[in-house]
Amino acid sequence: MDGFEDIIKEFLVESYENLDKLDDDLLALEDAPDDQQRLASVFRTVHTIKGTCGFLALPKLERVTHVGENLLVPLRDGELTLTRPIADTLLEMVDAIRAMLRQVESGQGEGDDDYEPLVARLEAARTQPTATTVDPPTAPLEGGPTATGAGPTAAYAPQSAAPIVSEPIVSIADQPPSENSATTSQASDTVAADAASGTDCDNAAESPLHHPAAPEPATPKPAAPRDAAPEQANSERARSDWKDASGVTKTEASLVDASVRLDVELLDKLVNLVGELVLARNQIVQFSRSTDDAPMHAAAQRLNQITSELQEGVMKTRMQPIRNAWGKLPRLVRDLAASHGKQIDIRMEGEETEVDKTVLEAIKDPLTHIVRNVVDHGIELPERRIACGKPPRGVLHLNAFHEGGQMIIEISDDGGGIDTNIVRAKAIERGMISSRRASTLSESDITHLIFLPGFSTAASVTNVSGRGVGMDVVKTNIECIGGSLEIQSTLGLGTTLRIKIPLTLAIIPVLLVTTEGDRYAIPQASLLELVHIDSLRAHQEIEFIHDTPLFRLREQLLPLIYLDEQLGLHPPRRRGDPPSDLNIVVLYADGHQFGLVVDEITDTQEIVIKPLGSHFKEIPVYAGATIMGDGKICLILDLIGLAQNGGITGGQAERNTPIAQPPWHSNESSSESLLIVDLGDESRVAIPLSSVARLEKFVSSDIERLGDFHVVQYRGQTIPLFSIDGSLECQLVDFSSQHLGLEAPLHTVVFRDGDRVAGIVVKKILDILHDQPVHAEPEGGQAGAARHLVIQQRVTRIIDLETFLRSSLRRWADAWSAA
Amino acid sequence: MYTTTLTRPESYCTFLVDGLLYGIEVQKVQEVIRAQPTTRVPLAPQVVRGLMNLRGHIVSMLSLRKALGLPARSSDSHEMSVIIRSSEGPVGLLVDEIGDVMRVDQADCESVPGTLHRRQRPFLRCAYKLEQRLLLILDADRVATATATD
Repeated sequence: MDGFEDIIKEFLVESYENLDKLDDDLLALEDAPDDQQRLASVFRTVHTIKGTCGFLALPKLERVTHVGENLLVPLRDGELTLTRPIADTLLEMVDAIRAMLRQVESGQGEGDDDYEPLVARLEAARTQPTATTVDPPTAPLEGGPTATGAGPTAAYAPQSAAPIVSEPIVSIADQPPSENSATTSQASDTVAADAASGTDCDNAAESPLHHPAAPEPATPKPAAPRDAAPEQANSERARSDWKDASGVTKTEASLVDASVRLDVELLDKLVNLVGELVLARNQIVQFSRSTDDAPMHAAAQRLNQITSELQEGVMKTRMQPIRNAWGKLPRLVRDLAASHGKQIDIRMEGEETEVDKTVLEAIKDPLTHIVRNVVDHGIELPERRIACGKPPRGVLHLNAFHEGGQMIIEISDDGGGIDTNIVRAKAIERGMISSRRASTLSESDITHLIFLPGFSTAASVTNVSGRGVGMDVVKTNIECIGGSLEIQSTLGLGTTLRIKIPLTLAIIPVLLVTTEGDRYAIPQASLLELVHIDSLRAHQEIEFIHDTPLFRLREQLLPLIYLDEQLGLHPPRRRGDPPSDLNIVVLYADGHQFGLVVDEITDTQEIVIKPLGSHFKEIPVYAGATIMGDGKICLILDLIGLAQNGGITGGQAERNTPIAQPPWHSNESSSESLLIVDLGDESRVAIPLSSVARLEKFVSSDIERLGDFHVVQYRGQTIPLFSIDGSLECQLVDFSSQHLGLEAPLHTVVFRDGDRVAGIVVKKILDILHDQPVHAEPEGGQAGAARHLVIQQRVTRIIDLETFLRSSLRRWADAWSAA
Repeated sequence: MYTTTLTRPESYCTFLVDGLLYGIEVQKVQEVIRAQPTTRVPLAPQVVRGLMNLRGHIVSMLSLRKALGLPARSSDSHEMSVIIRSSEGPVGLLVDEIGDVMRVDQADCESVPGTLHRRQRPFLRCAYKLEQRLLLILDADRVATATATD
């Protein structure tokens, strides 16, 4: 019985997929009723389901699909046009099939629901336009199930013996649909005739040449033969369609062949295993560095490379197009709009944009919720739209794209927008804000009030013309996966919701900090900037309101919280305590900016998040943990939890105006082009392009040794090579021999300072950013201080190449003269 | 009063904590290893000693002494950890010393007396009367989710 259950399962999975496609196809057909390819695809789907359920002894399901198929034949042949009522009936059929499949899935057979009325409607829809050939709705179709069982088999038998001619298939595809004027019975006649002649019946069935020969039927055939004939015709056609698919649209078929259905559980296991392999790799690489064994180095390098590629590949398998989350929306919008008496077109862009499966699952419900809201409250009734001078059909626009390592989804409509007056009144009425406070809020702030929990209750749904049903839940769900939500609305013109979500939850870039000797990871998505203040400046710039520390960041007060205090590792600091050097991580979480004071800022890294056990559920400040390259565990901070714990989000510290952008973000400061390079240890460095002469590639064999230096012949000159060490100070170190012996060319940034030329070897040249505004003076002013910027959502160090190179080149010059 | 919850002879992985002999069904025990350095988790309940990297899995290490309200260890001899399979994945229990795997006769099983301190009672399922001493059977799932802080 196991084998049979497997077949059923397979059938269900396939059918559900097909049904989703059917929904899409039918909706598309409403707009373009004579899209032959889609009609053929719809027909094929229904036929497949029908064929299989006859095989699996599901008579009811078979009956519904059979009648549906009968209706689709004239549609496909262009005898019937797909009108709205027909589409409704067909969609109803899809729902009925889905309902029955669910019953089958739960092991209750096909269920006891009566689908005869639907069958009658499907019959009626078919016969409606050709009133002369009305079938009595009670036409005996009981022979169906048995006939199907035998039908395809009988039809396929001669085909397998006959030689398959590929040429005529092409001619079918070329045949314009308008020529296809045969009626159902006509077609069946043709088929019968061809079947009699016994050659290539499937191709001939659709050939226009046969039409003149076929007698024009004036009356319907007697019931019994008629019943068998379309049956045969259908299976013939299905087969020819199938052949169309394999012959004409070859790419489509090969796509099906090239994909494998996989259990998600297996995939998750693979992802976990790769995660562990990465950790093991990190340990091996670390170990190989401590030995001088050349083969060991080579093997570790190779392992390194393969693991990275494997990781990338496996992560890709979890990526799915956003279409999978959107797929059901057109149907939802159509049904909902119809029930509200609205006319709405849904447009989608960037459906192929890929995102991790877990993220996709997490945004499915919020998305549905938002779209429901748009239809419900956003887009107005046609009369109202006309009165406002807009076309009666509203447009709901979905757009997805990648930006800066994140996925952006925009949901916009051309509806009425959010009336801030009503929202304001509602919020005051519900006691969410005081009327005094309300008068100070900007329009945009008012719009965002709809995200307040409890704003949307049943009563306000009808009163507020904007959105608001459970938007707080939507916001929470999106923030749960590290995303954010923005809303822009113009009264009378429409609303745009912008959702930003991370591409994957599995691997995230973090900033590593140290406090009280322990490492903690801060997700970079919330990171704004890093500020270091020495004890002298700290004395002036850290101010206190009673015992609460504040920092003046560009003349705005930034509340500070100390990580060690939050973790209970240090008693609260008080006003008057002696100041010390401070490392402030400026963060944005839960709508607030704050500074997190840590002992040390260590590094940036990409990590795999692992959840914490139940013992830590009550602690708001951790988002999870990860295993570092050295095998030790590092806790990941939950910034929203930390902000709440530290009282940042309490009313007192609330800030309505965001702190001004850092000067290098503003337009006034000097801007320059930056070369972004990868150092190989996941850290990025930006080099001002003005100091770069050329980008070159050298191979290992070009490199020679001269004293303590590695050198290369470059344009008749001997130039030394350096590399940038991974530490935060960005010191230039002598180019290490570790890079040697590699096959890959060495990417080298050639720098010229007057007569002196030097090369800096980097792992990879990533990007050149033009007009990147850069702060004129390095923080702190001394040469060793590196600046940090968040570029493309990643912490990037900007190094002052000239200063570093000057000292390095001096050593080179000294060594040279000494030699 | 004989308990009827167990119907066949059971094997227990036994260990000593503060001189008392405890047992957990062998099926629930994943492995026994020497205690390793852990990463502390500030703000966590006191019963949590820290997090350990067990071949790429993050395992919470719990002090059984803390969970059962027993005094802290005086000697600094090596602790052992019993990794148990709980409903939430592996959890490590820190114990003093590992005993044998014992097969016991269910006829010797008795429920724990009501006079037992309520601090320990939820964690103990029953006690086996061995010849020399009592074997106290722990409810692995309850111990694994213990959050007692005092």
